[in-house]
Amino acid sequence: MSAVLPHFQRLWRGLSDSARRDFAFAALTLVLFFAVTLKFHGFASPRNIAGLLDDTSIFILLALGQMLVILVRGIDLSIAANLALCGMLAALTNRAFPDAGVAPVVALSIACGTLLGGFNGILVWKLRLPPIVVTLGTMSMYRGAIYLLSHGAWVNENEMSRGFVAFTRAQFLGLSTLSWLALGGAALFILALRGSRLARDLYAAGGNPEAASYSGIDPGRMQFIAYTICGAIAGLAGYLWVARFAVAYTDIALGVELQVIAACLIGGVAIAGGTGSAIGVVLGCLFIGIIRSSLPLIEVSSFWQMFINGAVILVAVLASARRRVDQRRILEAPT
Amino acid sequence: MTARLLRWETMLAVVLVLEFVLFSTLSPYFLNVDTLSDATFNFTERALVALPLALLIIAGEIDISVAGIIALASVAMGLGAAHGVGTPGLACMGLGTGLLAGAVNGALVTWGRVPSIVATIGTMSLFRGAAYAVLGDHVLKEYPESFASFGQGYLVGPISYELTLFVVFALAFGVFLHRTRWGRAIYAIGANPIASRFAGLPVDRYRFALFALTGLFSGLAAVLLTSRLGSTRPSIAQGWELDIVSMVILGGVSVWGGKGSITGVVLAALVFGFVTFGLGLLNIPGIVMSIFTGALLILVVAVPAWLSRK
Repeated sequence: MSAVLPHFQRLWRGLSDSARRDFAFAALTLVLFFAVTLKFHGFASPRNIAGLLDDTSIFILLALGQMLVILVRGIDLSIAANLALCGMLAALTNRAFPDAGVAPVVALSIACGTLLGGFNGILVWKLRLPPIVVTLGTMSMYRGAIYLLSHGAWVNENEMSRGFVAFTRAQFLGLSTLSWLALGGAALFILALRGSRLARDLYAAGGNPEAASYSGIDPGRMQFIAYTICGAIAGLAGYLWVARFAVAYTDIALGVELQVIAACLIGGVAIAGGTGSAIGVVLGCLFIGIIRSSLPLIEVSSFWQMFINGAVILVAVLASARRRVDQRRILEAPT
Repeated sequence: MTARLLRWETMLAVVLVLEFVLFSTLSPYFLNVDTLSDATFNFTERALVALPLALLIIAGEIDISVAGIIALASVAMGLGAAHGVGTPGLACMGLGTGLLAGAVNGALVTWGRVPSIVATIGTMSLFRGAAYAVLGDHVLKEYPESFASFGQGYLVGPISYELTLFVVFALAFGVFLHRTRWGRAIYAIGANPIASRFAGLPVDRYRFALFALTGLFSGLAAVLLTSRLGSTRPSIAQGWELDIVSMVILGGVSVWGGKGSITGVVLAALVFGFVTFGLGLLNIPGIVMSIFTGALLILVVAVPAWLSRK
């Protein structure tokens, strides 16, 4: 043991700040997981873990998209409205052409999300409008558009084709398609953020836009790209959400934007931009997911979920605010 | 002269007049003292919170937990009423809860050094979450009869207490922001907090006070709204933070701090309130109106940005 410890210390010291945070947070998530398992042995059963992952999947995808936007000093409050609009479009398309199959519906949903996200991005990039105002506005607009599209009606399961609903629920190696998508998305983000040039440009543009523009990176363009990717993910999530819950109406995923932002903040993404990792974000989602699924077990009303989320966000940001000085930068003009 | 014509407040006033002309031609019921008096209930509570929030945004901060505070304060009053607290006590509980919640925000931002958007995203969940945790799916509605007068009573004729409060506080905030040295200090802090600190302004004390003030007025809005509805659900005032922030920004207050006027915010509140009401008279559902408000919000910031690019 005494021989291992110094080795471990050296390893720890060699890590970057954000990697250290991810490790600490992973440990905390595991502790939470084992604490719940200790009391309820069934919690760690493969079946339950698969269910937990399935419940958290859409959330993980959305949080990864949101992370990119926050990384470049933006924020996307319209992400849930975007999801709901694309989901409604997917459901209506499926109702009109039930024999067309799932692929065109998914493609349409992603295309719609990409456009909506790109619209946010254009406003932030070309007109240099504050991200919070732009997405606050588009949030209302996208929600309203759902109503115009659906005339306020619901699309129920019996109006959806079998394949449309079955796709997300299909099992493969014990996990649902939905879970595989989330795992794939997470893996893609972890690899891409570590190795790609675009990722380094995004981090640079978010960390110090001025310095980035001197080295030939256009921070506005990076914001546009981040919003567009985030929109595309929201579009995909729109189809997934509607198919998984087998219902589409105007108010689906209401308020999810804030839960997604919360998951990012808990996962160590700095609202000031330039800091954050995909692993942290996935852990943040799982952490919230574990709490959510264990509340009924410890006989705490699920009405406590929101309160606990808020408390966790505050603890997380208070702990990291002492290390960083990222006072109110999100409200400052991008340069 | 053109500068004065192009001023934000002038444009808002023109929009407001156009709105009146449009709605009174479209609906025969619009231009009627009682109707218009009814319409004011649409925005007075939100506008009362928009006043201190405008100061806060001018000072370069933001508070999106205001609707959460309203819910928490309303739950506090509901519990008080269930335990037999009288009307004056209930009002004090509402205001006190608001003030306390605002102080929590202020402490997080000043002592905790958390960026205000993050801090208030957290407290929004915390406050609203506390309301849900306490109430679940229950409703509190054992309010004493006299409690209803705050939100439903009239001072003279068609002029409600709510409207009177809004007018009085709008004037008070206008004088405070535009005519006192504290108001100047708020602009200075928003424009450049570091320079303000070097100039000897107690920047953090201002920030804390403004958060507390915003909390207090959210508490006031909670008293009025709860009194008007006569019941408390944890979902009370859901989504209002966005309406209130929209009002402030529509009023020409810059989200980057240092710019804005109370006149603009008051006009924006009127524009907002009467648009909602007028479209309601024309049987246009609320969700469709949100397209208008959303587009309006973006246009409001996009047009000046577009013009200044040229």
